[in-house]
Amino acid sequence: MNPSPKVSVLLFLAWVCLLFYAGITLFTSGFLLTRLELTNYSSCQEPPGPGFLPWGSSGKPGACWMASRFSRVVWILIDALRFDFARPQRSHGPGEPPVSLPFLGKLGSLQRLLETRPHHSRLYRSQVDPPTTTMQRLKALTTGSLPTFIDAGSNFASHAILEDNLIKQLNSAGRRIVFMGDDTWRDLFPGAFSKAFFFSSFNVRDLHTVDSGILEHLYPTVDSGEWDVLIAHFLGVDHCGHKHGPHHPEMAKKLSQMDQVIQGLVARLENDTLLVVAGDHGMTVNGDHGGDSELEVSAALFLYSPTPLFARAPPEEPEVIPQISLVPTLALLLGLPIPFGNIGEVVAEVFSGGKDSQPDGSVLAQASALHLNAQQVSRFLHAYSAATQDLQVTELHRLQNLFSKASANYQRLLQSAPGAEAALQTVITELQQFLRGARAVCIESWARFSLVRMAGGAAILAAACFLCLLAPQWAAPPASPPRPLLLPPAAWALAGATLCAGLSAATGLKLDLVVLGAVAAAGSLLPFLWKAWGSWRSRKALATLLPIPGPVLLLLLLRLATFFSDSFVVAEARATPFLLGSLVLLLVVQLHWEGQLLAPKLLTVPRLGSSTSTGPPRHSGACALRLGVGLLLCTRLAGLFHRCPEETPACHSSPWLSPLASMVGGPAKNLWYGACVGALVALLVAVRLWLRHYGNLRSPEPPVLFVRWGLPLMALGTAAYWALVSGADEAPPRLRALVAGASVVLPRAVVGLAAAGLVLLLWKPVTVLVKAGTGTPRTRTVLTPFSGPPTSQADLEYVVPQIYRHMQEEFRGRLERTTAQGPLTVAAYQLGSVYSAAMVTVLTLLAFPLLLLHVERISLVFLLLFLQGFLLLHLLAAGVPITTPGPFAVPWQAVSAWVLMATQTFYSTGHQPVFPAIHWHAAFVGFPEGHGSATWLPAVLVGANTFASHLLFAVGCPLLLLWPFLCESQGLRKRRQPAGSEAEARVGPEEEEEPLMEMRLRDAPHHFNAALLQLGLKYLFVLGVQILACALAASILRRHLMVWKVFAPKFIFEAIGFIVSSVGLLLGIALVMRVDGAVSSWFKRLVLAQQR
Amino acid sequence: MKETDVKTLLYAHFLCIFSVILSVLLPSFFLEYFSILDTHLTWLYSCSLFVTSINLVLYLVSKPNTSSKTSSLSHKVTRFLKCYIYFLVSCFSFHVIFVLYGAPLVELALETFLFAVILSTFTTVPCLCLLGPILKAQLRVFSKNGVTSIWENSLQITTISSFVGAWLGAFPIPLGWERPWRYTTFGYVAGLVISPLWLDWNRKQFTNKNN
Repeated sequence: MNPSPKVSVLLFLAWVCLLFYAGITLFTSGFLLTRLELTNYSSCQEPPGPGFLPWGSSGKPGACWMASRFSRVVWILIDALRFDFARPQRSHGPGEPPVSLPFLGKLGSLQRLLETRPHHSRLYRSQVDPPTTTMQRLKALTTGSLPTFIDAGSNFASHAILEDNLIKQLNSAGRRIVFMGDDTWRDLFPGAFSKAFFFSSFNVRDLHTVDSGILEHLYPTVDSGEWDVLIAHFLGVDHCGHKHGPHHPEMAKKLSQMDQVIQGLVARLENDTLLVVAGDHGMTVNGDHGGDSELEVSAALFLYSPTPLFARAPPEEPEVIPQISLVPTLALLLGLPIPFGNIGEVVAEVFSGGKDSQPDGSVLAQASALHLNAQQVSRFLHAYSAATQDLQVTELHRLQNLFSKASANYQRLLQSAPGAEAALQTVITELQQFLRGARAVCIESWARFSLVRMAGGAAILAAACFLCLLAPQWAAPPASPPRPLLLPPAAWALAGATLCAGLSAATGLKLDLVVLGAVAAAGSLLPFLWKAWGSWRSRKALATLLPIPGPVLLLLLLRLATFFSDSFVVAEARATPFLLGSLVLLLVVQLHWEGQLLAPKLLTVPRLGSSTSTGPPRHSGACALRLGVGLLLCTRLAGLFHRCPEETPACHSSPWLSPLASMVGGPAKNLWYGACVGALVALLVAVRLWLRHYGNLRSPEPPVLFVRWGLPLMALGTAAYWALVSGADEAPPRLRALVAGASVVLPRAVVGLAAAGLVLLLWKPVTVLVKAGTGTPRTRTVLTPFSGPPTSQADLEYVVPQIYRHMQEEFRGRLERTTAQGPLTVAAYQLGSVYSAAMVTVLTLLAFPLLLLHVERISLVFLLLFLQGFLLLHLLAAGVPITTPGPFAVPWQAVSAWVLMATQTFYSTGHQPVFPAIHWHAAFVGFPEGHGSATWLPAVLVGANTFASHLLFAVGCPLLLLWPFLCESQGLRKRRQPAGSEAEARVGPEEEEEPLMEMRLRDAPHHFNAALLQLGLKYLFVLGVQILACALAASILRRHLMVWKVFAPKFIFEAIGFIVSSVGLLLGIALVMRVDGAVSSWFKRLVLAQQR
Repeated sequence: MKETDVKTLLYAHFLCIFSVILSVLLPSFFLEYFSILDTHLTWLYSCSLFVTSINLVLYLVSKPNTSSKTSSLSHKVTRFLKCYIYFLVSCFSFHVIFVLYGAPLVELALETFLFAVILSTFTTVPCLCLLGPILKAQLRVFSKNGVTSIWENSLQITTISSFVGAWLGAFPIPLGWERPWRYTTFGYVAGLVISPLWLDWNRKQFTNKNN
């Protein structure tokens, strides 16, 4: 048999996968902004660069880079305080109509302070960097950096800020911080506050709980004086925006309340205290935030000091400053080092020292503050560009030159005589230029959604899905094998890639690999789109464009629609079993509807007697019903192992997801351990029984030997490992070393065994028993029509059924002689299940190491998983008619159900598509001491844990094609011996025609290949539309409140799940092809042996 | 014959809908603090009661199934008892199915069971009225070519759309976080009531096409 059709099927599938990957990568590069988190810290002892400190800070105790101007700060953070909420109401001209909106002019105390004490107070319009979500803003307001969604290197398990930040600096300077308000701060700065009153920020409909809670504690705390820094984070304004929007009378009330707070605080401030009133972001007209519209990114910032702080009166129109400017400003005013990763620029005018100071001195102070700031930013840029390459090199060089020039000028001016005010002003301008340039460079690479890339990625994904839908029809076997489908895309891809590379070389841009890949993918898609366009133009088959049957299409669409709602994404763990159950019931009902569930005589009405019989049912009705109910039961049981997402407070996670080691001794622990080992044994026994049922356990081939002896050994190792791990603390001290050693060795041994088993299986996948004494004269007569070694495809196609028939004859002949020799005569059965036997063995071999990565009690879920898969396959097989010469096809409902089940198992193994829910402990299985510096191995372990169900189901996907053929034999037997038990039915000798089972597939290799291709494309389609829906949801809802909490993590998990699934799918199909090849060569050898 | 059948059908369905509306309005005269949302359990009782009684009355009045020949009292009693047992069995099996679909096992068991009862009254009771306590006949109606009369046709559609409505009613559940009606089966019932309404709306064309 010519192997090239198989290879081209695999290549075609791999190409489709690559298209999806290109789309995902392009989308991700536009959507997910990445930044490396450095863990360097600034410290007092270590100034950011050489330089004379003009305020003589080194002399003063407690002072750091700069002497502190204030010893205490009250920081009022009003969530979503948009700039115009705080803006003073100007007196209107006679012609202008007075504007009266609920949110305008309600903060009257700010206006009064600005008017009466212009040198003490200042209002700024602070320019916020997107994403404008509270947690990201808090990170920015304390680190002075631009937090992106994925801060690489951060600890995904918690939200705690690891970067250098203001709170950390305050703590290390020994200041007492009192916090009250939003409990997000607790996650961000665990244990950082000397006193804290946290209130839940969860319920956005509740306007008053947080604010009232703060007000209860605010004034007593201020009066007690036991604080250096007081932070109060009010949420009422934000929640009012979410609930009512800004144009609601409630907003006026809320703002007036805030105004009273400020008024009350101003009255209590002492002279050494600075008051900061800041909004973390704005809100849109509807009161939402998260995106980058003008209203969202403009927040108010107000500074007030009881002593004069500013040299000049405030300008008419408040100045616009970046929000993160607050960080270096506050740090220097409090006499702290600027956090290491800060890229903000100090607000120079607060260092001017009040209205009565020397003009010369004030300029010098401003210059020195800016210089310190610039030194710190320059140090950060150095450190960052040394760690990663995502900043533009040329721009960095330019900035570096700018900085060294300004710095040199500054040093020179310090040495020279005072009075060079103009020269100092130029230095200040240069330093500011440098700081702004640096910030621009960082923003360029960290903080912009690239809509073009997002749209391009989504378009490629959509086109790839479309291709998956159409390609099976073009690749149908009578028309053309898939090989011609492969060449034009490859050529086009090359052309596209060269064009792109040439263009970028010509324009001198840096070649972006992501864009290159995307252009290549788009190029290779072109011929297909052209072809689709052509067939659409000719109106050939619009009906065949949507080959998915109605109910399944509806279910798929419903599932896709749920990706666009955060509530449904959060509830997916419950929604998926529901949809799966619906699909199962639909299958059962459909069987009944088509009259296959019950015997026809029940259904016939006397009047319509002849028309109802649609052929004999292949399953008795009770059987299909039982399968359906069993499936529902399994799904429900698996749902017991459910982990709650953070967003639903009423939900309780299953207690069974914790490791056994965390249980406090006693019989319960032992019982659970027993149950887990029982699940292992049951899994093992089930697989062995299955193999035995189809006779594959009798073959002397090495894989079968491995199944017989290696699998129990693996189970034993797993059980022993669990025993050690769950009871490690109770081990006597003498055995500690032994236990530690064993808990390293055992998991590795199990993985090694599994790998060995896989290698054995790949080496000899044919598990068929051939007895030596087959050369009876009778068989020769069967084979006489064929002579000579098989030379061509046609020969083989002729000879294979011949051999098969010969084996049947053989089988029958032996049975005639003696029925007691059962084991010798089951060769035909083994051949009939040769593909699925290999698949099931591989799945079991894969399941054991994956099981080891989960906590013990998940083994029950794995048992349920295999059971569910088995039941579903049987149920699906009941509805698929076998068309003997082909074409074979896997129905859409089968593929959808399979994908749904993979998702359901993802949830029932205790996972959730959010980062804090990842099972990090998986990284330490077999490596209890950690991994040192290697990162890929723990990543692989954690990934295997997280995407175990995706992998297993994708590898097992070809079973969907194979199973109906397996069930064929059962159907026949069931009809003939309705009361016979399984074991007896296995050797049913009186059958006239033997079921061919999977050999039917071999009889029609073209159809077999086409069916595999079709199956792969269908599976990729169902997965692909999911990832497409996730991408669309993430891009359409990129301003949604929950985008970083729900949609973006969902997209990432879905994307990685897709990659794992597609690789698994390719492996599964490749395995089937490997078995196919091995069966072919086995037949060849048999033929040669016969001829000798 | 067919014309009169269609007319009777139409009236029957209007009566059913009327009974549902009545079940909302009537108890409020007798009971204090009655509303669908707060005392949903009472409403479920009354709704189920009304629909069942209307169905029974309709059956007794119109007698669509004229095949029963024997009419002795004992026969009627056994028939009635059989129907009752069938109804109970269907309630319990619906309950089991809901639990399998994800309803909590212990908490809200009463709600789940009442929902099973009301779904039974919408589906099983008409079936029993029309076809009698014969499982085979009921299974036949719900297969591809099993329908013999317009009554059965209407039964088929009403029942299937009731199931679909109940199924659709599950979809708002995730949306109602922190809302008390999340814990009621109100969503289901809403779907249940809407589906016959929709059906009646489409009925005219349907029957016309069929005749």
